[in-house]
Amino acid sequence: MLVMDRLSQLWRRLLFYARRDRFDRELEEEMRFHLEMKARENAEAGMGPLEASYAAKRQFGNQTLLREVSRDMWGVRSIETLFQDVRYGARLLLKNKSFTAVAVLSLALGIGANTAIFQLLDALLLRSLPIKAPRELAEVRLADMKGARGGFSRSPSVTNLIWERIRERQQAFSGVFAWGTSSVNLAPGGEERPARLLYVSGDFFNTLGVNAALGRLFTTTDDQRGCGAPGLIINHGFWQREYGGEANVIGRKLTLANHPFEIIGVTPAGFFGMEVGSSFDLALPICANGLVKGHNMFDSGLMWWLTVMGRLNPGWSLEQATAHLQAISPNLFEATLPANYPPDGVNDYLKSELGAIPAGSGVSGWRDYYEQPLWMLLAIAGSVLLVACVNLANLLLARANARELEIAVRQALGASRARLVRQLLVESLLLAAVGAALGAGLAQALSRLLVAFLSASAAPIFLDLAPNWRALGFAASLAVLTCLLFGLAPAIRATRMDPGAAMKAGGSGMTPGRASLHHRFSLRRALVVAQVALSLALVAGALLFSRSLGKLMTVDMGFRPEGVLITTVSFQSLNLPPDRHPAFKDELLDRLRAVPGVESAAIAYEIPLGGWGSSNVWMDGQEARLVRSTNLSRAGSDYFKTLKISMLAGREFDARDTPGAPNVAIVNQAFARVFLNGENPVGHRLWIEATHISPVTRYEIVGQVRDTKYGDLREEFAPIAYIAAAQASGVGPRGNFMIRSRLPQAETVAAVKRVLDGINPAITVSFQGFKPMIEATVLRERLMATLSGFFGLLALLLACVGIYGILSYSVASRIHEIGVRMALGAGRRDVLWLILREAFWLVIAGVVVGAPMAFAGARLASTILFGLTPADPFSLLFAALLMFVVAMIAGYLPARRATRVDPIVALRCW
Amino acid sequence: MGRETKKTELLPGTLEMLILKTLERNAEPMHGYGIARYIKQISNDVLQVEEGSLYPGLQRLAVKGWVKSEWGPSENNRRARYYKLTPAGRKQIKQEVADFERVLEAILRVVQPT
Repeated sequence: MLVMDRLSQLWRRLLFYARRDRFDRELEEEMRFHLEMKARENAEAGMGPLEASYAAKRQFGNQTLLREVSRDMWGVRSIETLFQDVRYGARLLLKNKSFTAVAVLSLALGIGANTAIFQLLDALLLRSLPIKAPRELAEVRLADMKGARGGFSRSPSVTNLIWERIRERQQAFSGVFAWGTSSVNLAPGGEERPARLLYVSGDFFNTLGVNAALGRLFTTTDDQRGCGAPGLIINHGFWQREYGGEANVIGRKLTLANHPFEIIGVTPAGFFGMEVGSSFDLALPICANGLVKGHNMFDSGLMWWLTVMGRLNPGWSLEQATAHLQAISPNLFEATLPANYPPDGVNDYLKSELGAIPAGSGVSGWRDYYEQPLWMLLAIAGSVLLVACVNLANLLLARANARELEIAVRQALGASRARLVRQLLVESLLLAAVGAALGAGLAQALSRLLVAFLSASAAPIFLDLAPNWRALGFAASLAVLTCLLFGLAPAIRATRMDPGAAMKAGGSGMTPGRASLHHRFSLRRALVVAQVALSLALVAGALLFSRSLGKLMTVDMGFRPEGVLITTVSFQSLNLPPDRHPAFKDELLDRLRAVPGVESAAIAYEIPLGGWGSSNVWMDGQEARLVRSTNLSRAGSDYFKTLKISMLAGREFDARDTPGAPNVAIVNQAFARVFLNGENPVGHRLWIEATHISPVTRYEIVGQVRDTKYGDLREEFAPIAYIAAAQASGVGPRGNFMIRSRLPQAETVAAVKRVLDGINPAITVSFQGFKPMIEATVLRERLMATLSGFFGLLALLLACVGIYGILSYSVASRIHEIGVRMALGAGRRDVLWLILREAFWLVIAGVVVGAPMAFAGARLASTILFGLTPADPFSLLFAALLMFVVAMIAGYLPARRATRVDPIVALRCW
Repeated sequence: MGRETKKTELLPGTLEMLILKTLERNAEPMHGYGIARYIKQISNDVLQVEEGSLYPGLQRLAVKGWVKSEWGPSENNRRARYYKLTPAGRKQIKQEVADFERVLEAILRVVQPT
């Protein structure tokens, strides 16, 4: 409030300043009017005209003085001088074009980079959702997912049965809702056109306080068991993209999975659902799930796919809500336990407890993944800005030298020190303001670039990056902060001297004030050392991140993804009976294998690094039974050949392994190590626990393969059990065909499309290169390596400028000394070394200061490093070496200038 | 002119309070001359300020955003600047009066015999 008052006052003052001439005229007119009225009053009281006028003036007081005082009331004297300072500063900066350009450019880059990263952080982590009273929102989730068995489309999550019970029983919230995400294909056949689908409960929009931009949104009546094909709601972006924002979209039909859905409403712009970093295209009520998905998750107590949230009752705390949810938990889980629940999970399931956690900023998988890297990047970008500030401080100090005489004269003429400091600060502020304005603009482009970089995967990131007051405020505070950082010290220094001495020295044509000069020079040296130290730390960090990325990219995966195309085929719309699926898939596979250029092809339901499934596994007939959760992979014949995973013993899956034949499995080395002490596993039998799709089953191990990475490039090799795809249950009318081809991917894609279209045009398909898919899993590491590399280079460049500046100055001030030395017989090399020695010591000092900083920084980053210790000696050594080389190059130019000094000229100047 | 009225000096800051109060009591916007006349009349000529000092006072109130001014025709059809209270000014009056009363009370406690 107070701030607003101040600001509006400042605004009025500025307005006044702009119209000060009019003010003077008007005040005069007003006073004249007063005097005339008064004179008339006096005349009416019986005075003569002249006397009346005099009396009026007497009673009024000193007009000129009053006018002055009135004007001063606006406090414009300080504004006037401020404008003077700004004008003067701007003139000086325009005169010094190269200095201004360097300063503004480095500030714009620094502030722009910081603001861009801040915008991402803000959008991903800090901002609340664009909904009514987000702070009242809480997520209801299981305190522990230990007892959860079945299929998971997200985690943590609940089943629809649990959600329905929560809705019935809870009393902690004034409104509860649930939602789940899925995707649906919009294309009738051929290559898929996926749309992001949001399933919401009836109260979703109501409880969030979101209103339709067009038409209407769902209510509880839309989300009823057996709702058939209900209305469809589309997202604002989807409406713009697909329908050009036309108002007559309401009532139009959209076909999803062979069912026509009528569009009934459009959500408002800016609403992206509850998941920060993702958005949705279409929304359906939860009850429509069975219609769109092949299998029904609506009545399943084993499909975990919904997130439950609620708006707390007025006056309720999260603790109260959690206590209430805990109290209703035992009953709730008992009532929702499905009959076919895997037996070993039943106990934990019944003991599960619900709790409430804050959800005002939504949920996000991206958040956990990118939080640390983003903060780290902000710290790195902040350091670069700091280096830029140090650079500017140095340049300003050098300029202060040049302006010593000017400042001395002004001081001698009576300018107060505060006024001079202010004037110098105004110059810095001008630089900072221009830099920040450019930087804020740059940030818009940079943050979009960053998101585009991160969206290079199958799951694009959606973030609202519209410029907002927080980003602008951030940029503005950076401007003020940097201005103080680089401007204050030089300003104070410049004005702290004896004007007499400075003028005397200046008058005699000599460099002024030896003692003060030395002092200032050592401050400049300290600044350069700080620059070198910071740059060293940044470069070392960049090397660490790129080496880490390199190690990750070259890590032994156990298979060869190059040249493999993942072709995901769905023939749901053919409505084949399930017992025909295996034969149909075999036919597809045969046709794909016949495509020209294809070396081999295989079906798989779990792709390495692209999906997961695990169950408890134990060996048949072992005395001390080891039960262990083991990664599972359902793979068809030629799978290992196609991925080039070497067979160590036994055989691949082949045509023998049909649904009727004995169940077979293939395991990897880690499996044999963990379960069989490294024995040859072929011939042993393993058991896999009962799941929601299959009973407890025994498999005979028929082969052993090399270890491969399963879920993540960073993990150690873990046990994997492969099951013959033809014998697997619950796979449905779809599958991933891994195709290894000699031909370029585009050709294979075109050929596969032709083949599938020939079989049946209603088959839908999507393609993904195996190698790019894996590369997308190291996006975070790539981001860190790329950006820290960029910032490292920038810092290095700035440090270069700093070293160059200080050495140039050093050469200029030692010109007489150099002249004398040369006259006494010093050679070119001696002079070169004289100057370069200084650069050498600056770097030594910088490395000594910077090395601990680099270590400390690397320790903070240790969790996102792969295959390296934070104290990686190579990175630091290489960074130091680089620093030396660069410093020598930066120092060589001034040093060469020193060798060209003509001793005669240098001595005569003395 | 038989009766001699003593001219009273104003306490600092009082003038602005008087202006605000004057504008509050008169619903219509007033020009400077009108304000001066009103203060004089109401106070039975006791408060006889140097009339011109009204204008710096008005400017100060304008800076603070408590009054706004507009040009309009006067009663004798001349151009005159009319002042009126802003909502912020209306709020401020209470504060100003309270401050003034506090000062006045303090003075009275000193002056009056106990």
